[in-house]
Amino acid sequence: MPDEKPPILDIRGLRKTFGATEVLHGIDLAVQAQELVFVIGPSGSGKSTLLRCCNRLEEPSAGSIRVDGADIMARSTDINAMRRQIGMVFQSFNLYPHLTALRNVTLALAKVLGKPRAEAERIGLAALDRVGLADKAKAYPSELSGGQQQRVAIARALALEPKIMLFDEPTSALDPELVGSVLAVMRDLKRGGMTMLVVSHEMRFARDAADRVIFMDHGRIVEEGPPQRMFSAPSQARTLAFIAELTR
Amino acid sequence: MSRFLDTFFNGPVFERYLPAILHGMVVTIEIAVVVVITGILLGLVLAVVRAFRVLAINALIVVFVDVLRALPPLVLILLVYFGLPNVGVNVPSFAVLWLVLSLVLAAFAEEIFWAGILSIPKGQWEAARSTGLTFLATLVHVVLPQAVRLAVPPLTNRTIAITKNAALGTVIGVSEILNQATAAQSFSGNATPLMMGAIAYLILFVPVVALGRFLETRFAWRRA
Repeated sequence: MPDEKPPILDIRGLRKTFGATEVLHGIDLAVQAQELVFVIGPSGSGKSTLLRCCNRLEEPSAGSIRVDGADIMARSTDINAMRRQIGMVFQSFNLYPHLTALRNVTLALAKVLGKPRAEAERIGLAALDRVGLADKAKAYPSELSGGQQQRVAIARALALEPKIMLFDEPTSALDPELVGSVLAVMRDLKRGGMTMLVVSHEMRFARDAADRVIFMDHGRIVEEGPPQRMFSAPSQARTLAFIAELTR
Repeated sequence: MSRFLDTFFNGPVFERYLPAILHGMVVTIEIAVVVVITGILLGLVLAVVRAFRVLAINALIVVFVDVLRALPPLVLILLVYFGLPNVGVNVPSFAVLWLVLSLVLAAFAEEIFWAGILSIPKGQWEAARSTGLTFLATLVHVVLPQAVRLAVPPLTNRTIAITKNAALGTVIGVSEILNQATAAQSFSGNATPLMMGAIAYLILFVPVVALGRFLETRFAWRRA
């Protein structure tokens, strides 16, 4: 991608070992501002680990990761300040069950950014409104459907105005009829210019919305390219086999 | 039958010793309240410290908790009350009872809170940390509110069991219910004061047991 601007996310030579097993064998990946990069690959290929290294939920073993130019591995980096610039959405939502939807969104605004209550609630309601759930502000997670819970989780990350959002299989835990509402919110984010790195199997969404698709296998990036080419004419046999398996 | 009534429900004896028993109730309530406050707070603090997983500190906490849970409270009470004066430390009997029961309750409470903390899914920690919350902020605002709810039913039962041990204060002369009742029994040669003591315990603890039952249902947690 010819771009003189520095990438929002710049991963170089990333390695991750669990015990004696290396699960990421040197990943290089740059995500440009406003780009939506889609990561696919068989389970165990290391795609979730890659994502979780980007905000150091997993501690990288080697390599460098820069977010908007800042080295997140540097000792001088305040990882908590860094993390609020990197939104993360989990497969299992991970909403706080003892707090209302609005309080789920405002907790970090109040406790990390130190926003006064009224301002935190204003920002929180705006974030809930963006995911179409302003009317559920007072609902507890147990009173929401899976799709609504995931949208609250997106609002929770969004409220902190992150520079990039990481999505770790955001629709995998959802019933099929609830997937669409979450993907619609993600499409809307993309239109709004959010930079996104998405691990998912939603091929149709990737085709419509992704700028680039990355295929990972056994801890390596096997191939990458625009979605049309990746899905119709991948150059690697492993990619072809995986995509054939998915669209079967 | 009249002999039975005369022994356990003797009117004149009842009237004579009622003030003493009432005084004992006040003392028992005082002990129970201070033990519950300090014991549960100390237990919570220990569980929070343990959450930081500093190996040496956690080893100390585990030793403290296991020793306090293994020893009969009476042994500790006697040890502290009759042992400390030998090294020149004189602690009033009320304070000894408070100290020992608080430590015992703290030991059990720590284990209950710790179990609660451990049962909160890892995803809760990860979600909170991913928004920039520190470890401590995550513990305080996300994990503990859930862990404490889980802890309420077992903690209520354990608290009742330990505050009843206020009766052990009788052996070191704390003027709580049982102490008053046994003294009155030996002066009067009649079992009525003991019966009064038993009734006094029921009056105090049946509402607490009922409250515990209420809390158990109130805090039964709907998980998402």
